[in-house]
Amino acid sequence: MSWSAALQLALRALWRNKTRAALTALGVIIGVASVIAMVAIGAGAQQRIAETLESMGTNTLVIRPGSVTRGGVRTGAGGITSLTRADAAAIADLRDVVAVAPSVRSSAQVRYRGTNWGTAIEGVTADHAAVQNWPLAAGDFISEQQVTAAAHVCVLGQTVARELFGLASPIGETVVIKSMACRVIGVLSEKGATAWGSDRDDAVFVPITTAQRKLMGITHVQRIEVSTSGREAASRVLKDIKRLLRARHRLGKDQADDFRSHNFAELAQSSEESARVFTWLLGSIASVSLLVGGIGIMNIMLVSVTERTREIGIRMALGARHRDILWQFLLEALLLSAAGGLLGILLGLIGAQAVSRFSGLPISISAGSVLIAFLFAGLVGVFFGLHPARKAARLRPIEALRYE
Amino acid sequence: MTEPVIQVRELRKTYALDGIEVQALRGIDLTVQPGEFVAIMGPSGSGKSTLMNILGCLDVPDSGSYRLQGRDITHLDPDALAELRNREIGFVFQNFNLLARTSALENVETPLIYAGVGREERHRRATEALQHMGLGERLASQPSQLSGGQQQRVAIARALVTKPTLLLADEPTGNLDTATSADIMAVLDTLNRDEGVTILLITHEHEVADHAQRTLVVRDGQLLEAGA
Repeated sequence: MSWSAALQLALRALWRNKTRAALTALGVIIGVASVIAMVAIGAGAQQRIAETLESMGTNTLVIRPGSVTRGGVRTGAGGITSLTRADAAAIADLRDVVAVAPSVRSSAQVRYRGTNWGTAIEGVTADHAAVQNWPLAAGDFISEQQVTAAAHVCVLGQTVARELFGLASPIGETVVIKSMACRVIGVLSEKGATAWGSDRDDAVFVPITTAQRKLMGITHVQRIEVSTSGREAASRVLKDIKRLLRARHRLGKDQADDFRSHNFAELAQSSEESARVFTWLLGSIASVSLLVGGIGIMNIMLVSVTERTREIGIRMALGARHRDILWQFLLEALLLSAAGGLLGILLGLIGAQAVSRFSGLPISISAGSVLIAFLFAGLVGVFFGLHPARKAARLRPIEALRYE
Repeated sequence: MTEPVIQVRELRKTYALDGIEVQALRGIDLTVQPGEFVAIMGPSGSGKSTLMNILGCLDVPDSGSYRLQGRDITHLDPDALAELRNREIGFVFQNFNLLARTSALENVETPLIYAGVGREERHRRATEALQHMGLGERLASQPSQLSGGQQQRVAIARALVTKPTLLLADEPTGNLDTATSADIMAVLDTLNRDEGVTILLITHEHEVADHAQRTLVVRDGQLLEAGA
């Protein structure tokens, strides 16, 4: 029997029981649609988390001064001054370290002509914008020469620029920080709030040397951000840094670290991991409905085999071989699941769009998840269609013919 | 000299029915020559249905040999038997056994599908077979829209569309009224006389058996010449 003839037979048999075929396919439709929709929603959430983390600067380690005990009094974190720019330079030489950005921070009143604004002053190096993944809106960022020269230049965050200059361009203007005149060389693009709600655009950036010597009168740094080559490298780099800093600070075996570290890469990894688990969870719950759809197919095919026993007998008398009967019933099951799969994909895509429209949740539909859902539906058809089809093919012609 | 269509020797078949062994066939010998019209009679339970099933390659004997057109087919596997049913044997049943909710044309095309005949030729041959049976106007009719006599004509068209060596008719008039029965028997007579179709007919009606050139009787699993 040719493929086209077999297909024709299967199609005709399904057509004869249109309602039943449609209801059977509905099980698969709902199954595939829910898998697609759930995975789309899960993947959307995953993507949004990844984007959020990306903007926070993943692959990033942060080293801060630790606390120290002097005469029984423990200072708070950042209470000691052992972390220096020389430490930062040493860290830069470690393997898998891409960039190192030491910084200091204080707050001050910034004045421009008649107006003023209290904001954070950050002393940073030339790498800062790159490490933070923070592009400029206008002008230039602080250069290495300006850091070396402790130049009187500054870069404004969007909030500060808006408060002091309104809509006018601040580039080339001079502002006064505390009592120091500073030329504005650039404005950063809008970054938004941090995860804990403070406005990151409300800051003025000056060369770290300028901040240390002219504004704060200190020699240590308050924060070193280390950007690593990848998330996997981050935790190893962190170990190397700890070892390096302990050696540089001449800490004995029984002494505690005089610095603290935060691994953002780890944080990013665990949040993305939980998002991935969430997607899998949604997907597997939805798969259960696909499985139920498959059982629906098996149920209907078994009923169909019993109902059509005499038809099978007639076909066998007319020369149908076992495999002809097997293929006929298997094809019927496959057509049901394939049609269900295709309609399910359509419904799933529409459903995911609808959910995203009404709830505002982001969705992400990948060709892979669609393909997997469709293949899974086909597999369900084969798996649950095989048993009834074999049952049909194994009938003995005389018994099938005699069946009332 | 041409080979006999059917050559059966010492055919035996035993069934286990509810744990009781039933010897349905106890050594059947039968030879049918090409172009013959043979009737087999016998009361129900005599074993004539079993004989029909084995001769129709729907079942296999326990022992004995069966040669169809000179070829020993006693020990063939189910697929080979299916092929024989498809090519060599045409069935006509008492209850017609047409595929329900399927047009007359598609019913007649069915054996050609399993023979692997292409769509267009299938269509042409099935149409011809139905026209030959006087059903040229009813190609698209489903069995439920046809009378008993018309349904049996569709069945005969279906049995002959593959040009089989042997037409096996199992009580072909059992479900028909007298007039229609005569009509169907006339069809079989014509096929045998004018087209040389070899027919083996199973019946319990003497008027039907009278159409055959030769009548045999099955009794207690054995075959006897009529009147013996």
